[in-house]
Amino acid sequence: MAELNQDSGGGKKGGKVRSKKNGGRVDLTAMVDLAFLLITFFMLTTSLNTPQAMDVAMPDKNKDLNEQQPDIDIADNRSITLLLGSDNKLVWYYGQLAKPITAPTVTDYSAEGLRKLLIEKKAQVPKVAGGKDLIVVIRPSDRSVQRNLVDVLDEMKIVDVKRFTISKIKAEEIAVLESNGVYNN
Amino acid sequence: MAKAKVKRASTVIDMTAMCDVAFLLLTFFVLTATARQPETLEVDTPASTVKEKLVGDNIGMITVGNEGKIFFGLKDPAIRRETLKNISAKYKVNFSEEEYEQFAASEDFGVPIRTLRQLLSLPKDQRKVEVQPGIPVDSTENESNELYHWVQQARLATVKINRDRENEQRDFVNPGPMQVAIKADAEEKYAVMNLIIETLRNQKQNKFSFITGLRAE
Repeated sequence: MAELNQDSGGGKKGGKVRSKKNGGRVDLTAMVDLAFLLITFFMLTTSLNTPQAMDVAMPDKNKDLNEQQPDIDIADNRSITLLLGSDNKLVWYYGQLAKPITAPTVTDYSAEGLRKLLIEKKAQVPKVAGGKDLIVVIRPSDRSVQRNLVDVLDEMKIVDVKRFTISKIKAEEIAVLESNGVYNN
Repeated sequence: MAKAKVKRASTVIDMTAMCDVAFLLLTFFVLTATARQPETLEVDTPASTVKEKLVGDNIGMITVGNEGKIFFGLKDPAIRRETLKNISAKYKVNFSEEEYEQFAASEDFGVPIRTLRQLLSLPKDQRKVEVQPGIPVDSTENESNELYHWVQQARLATVKINRDRENEQRDFVNPGPMQVAIKADAEEKYAVMNLIIETLRNQKQNKFSFITGLRAE
């Protein structure tokens, strides 16, 4: 099995008649290496095939008060609001939109943009708010895409922000996105 | 005088058996890996760093892609059949026994209820994404929001089927209520997502999962 009879070749050399060698074995090492590599590959890909699930919990909706639901009051110096706009950009502000502590600023979803901001605010907020932690309000606009929302939720997990909520964007916030040029189709 | 011969142990190992086993395993993994059925609506999910996996058969999957086309699929064939029965009563559309069989065997679908029979009459390989316009969804709770009723009836069906199984089989562990998973394309606009999320919230299904891909970080 797995042996090949090879002609030792050469024929007559120096008058001597070489006896035929009883063929060398084929080296199977490389083949086995390759086979195991492929096995590893397929094993990993099949087990990774089960999809990952990012759990999302939304607040309970009170249908009777729908639309006129009053905003829940939260301390200005605890909350930052992220407005998700188009072109993979977002606008954030600290405090209330009418009298923001930090005025609306455009940033992106990269580690230098959003994550840096969140880490900074997460450290800063307990100092100014008497030990209470940061609240992040996420407001996706109709022109943001699913990737943006997943990116933001992922950042919440990475930075370990305990309190965050997804809520509906307001007309005046859409105006902010428009004035910052991140509400394009 | 005869030389003393030193016996050398052969360094060559017979790899034949190892090779056989390796290829046997390889064949096994190749076959199991490709046996997965391709989805009707293919979406490119966004990546995230979450590690939780979606486990179990107790899942209702809403797939969104192709500029807002919505598909719905249930993992468990028994629950699929029960859901269709509920929907049939709700929308007063009758299905034949064969159509029930067809529906229980299909992974997912994306047509309005009125044209569901038409879809089920097609052979499986012709139920392409082109012939399926997606399930209608809007911001109401009326009959026009078909996704709302599919999800609601699927949840009811899940509870019923699991309760029946619990009564029949002693060792059956009830997996609890249906989990809702949303598999959306990364480039899908939030306007559509918002409709789906509100549809779920309107029936107090406040918890759901976004399906994401793996991001190496």
